[in-house]
Amino acid sequence: MDMFLETFFNWQIIEEAWPILWQGLQATLLLSLLVVPLGIAGGIMIAVLSTFHAPWVKWPLCVYVDTFRALPPLVLLIFIFAGLPFVGIDVGPWGAVAIGFFLNTGAYYGEILRAGIESVPRGQLEAARSTGLTRGQTMAHVVLPQAVRNVLPDLISNTLEVVKLTSIASVVALPELLFQARQAQSVTYNATPIMAAAVVYFILLWPVVRVLSRLENRQLAGRR
Amino acid sequence: MTGWDRFADSFFNARVMAQYLPKIIEGFWLTVVLALCIIAAGLALGLLLALLRAFGIRPLNWLIIFVVDLFRALPPLVIIVLLFFGLPNAGVELSGFVSAWLALTLVLMAFSEEIFWAGITSVPKGQWEAARSTGLGFVQTLTNVVLPQALRITIPPLTNRTIAITKGTALASVVAVPDILGAANAGVSFSFNPSPLTLGAIAYLVLFLPVVVLGRWIETRFAWKR
Repeated sequence: MDMFLETFFNWQIIEEAWPILWQGLQATLLLSLLVVPLGIAGGIMIAVLSTFHAPWVKWPLCVYVDTFRALPPLVLLIFIFAGLPFVGIDVGPWGAVAIGFFLNTGAYYGEILRAGIESVPRGQLEAARSTGLTRGQTMAHVVLPQAVRNVLPDLISNTLEVVKLTSIASVVALPELLFQARQAQSVTYNATPIMAAAVVYFILLWPVVRVLSRLENRQLAGRR
Repeated sequence: MTGWDRFADSFFNARVMAQYLPKIIEGFWLTVVLALCIIAAGLALGLLLALLRAFGIRPLNWLIIFVVDLFRALPPLVIIVLLFFGLPNAGVELSGFVSAWLALTLVLMAFSEEIFWAGITSVPKGQWEAARSTGLGFVQTLTNVVLPQALRITIPPLTNRTIAITKGTALASVVAVPDILGAANAGVSFSFNPSPLTLGAIAYLVLFLPVVVLGRWIETRFAWKR
């Protein structure tokens, strides 16, 4: 037991490693603030495009969404980070993460928002158009606000997944929380920094999980 | 060399692809095995926890809720790294395969428990009461009346979540498992050509594209008509 505590909950090591972990936490937060809005922007684009029924919009969009939902994000990230430099495109870790997350999470947000848009009754759209709003205005002021409200639990859930997913940036040496924890571990030969990183993630995300669990239960139970 | 030639030579180099195809195929089967092990163990444990929770034993339920929350909040890669790189500091060595399997199983367990539980609570109380009044016991009611109705409603969210977590098998490459991505990475560093990565991406599409399309179909097929 003592050995377990010393290896995973060593206070002295936490004190030593904290400055490094703090930098990592800041990078993780910054990264989340970068990729979540990027993904949502991509998702809105996809969702709005999916309201067009022309086959030359519908099919390429379907292929795009399914491709990036089928490809593991880490594969995409490594392809961009380690593959593209061979043809002279070197975007660095931050660039690779931004592009990879835009493609991957954009597809997910797009699917969720599309379901939201479809859940808004057609009468809303027709009523808005008949009052003289343009197609764009109807989308922005009438349909999207209701769509977002209808799929809010899914949006929060996906955002939680995206924030968790930022940990894969450690694989391309972006100094976020997990990467910094690994660095600290290799210097101290002690697993405490990784445990500390896990605890930080948990403290950060637990409230979100709690709220989400409530919302989801209500949603699923409300189906009957 | 023109730009296109350079692109084709880098990403679709037939010689390199032919050389590393067998490794990628081996990785493909490893990914399939890992994914199946995760799905089997994760769903079974998730269902077990949800059933235990139905008994309504307060302290036990708090523990279940905490464990579920824990593995919903932690990034899978953090758990894998903790198991693979952290445990050896305490003298416990897990292989990369076992670390990845255990981590993703726990994550799937947490998410599926949540979904199964929501399914169980969505069954109206009248169903419980009617079943009990016909003389069925608590366990009989749970398994023969409530669960069949609960499972139907859980199928769409469960499919989507299972696909999402199974895609996480690519994380195993971080702990030196020669799965598809691991084999592709090794191929790139040996051949100094990214074609194995293209092959890897194709392998993942071959594996997951049908599953994603199937998931989409299940979602519409089992959608609850309001």
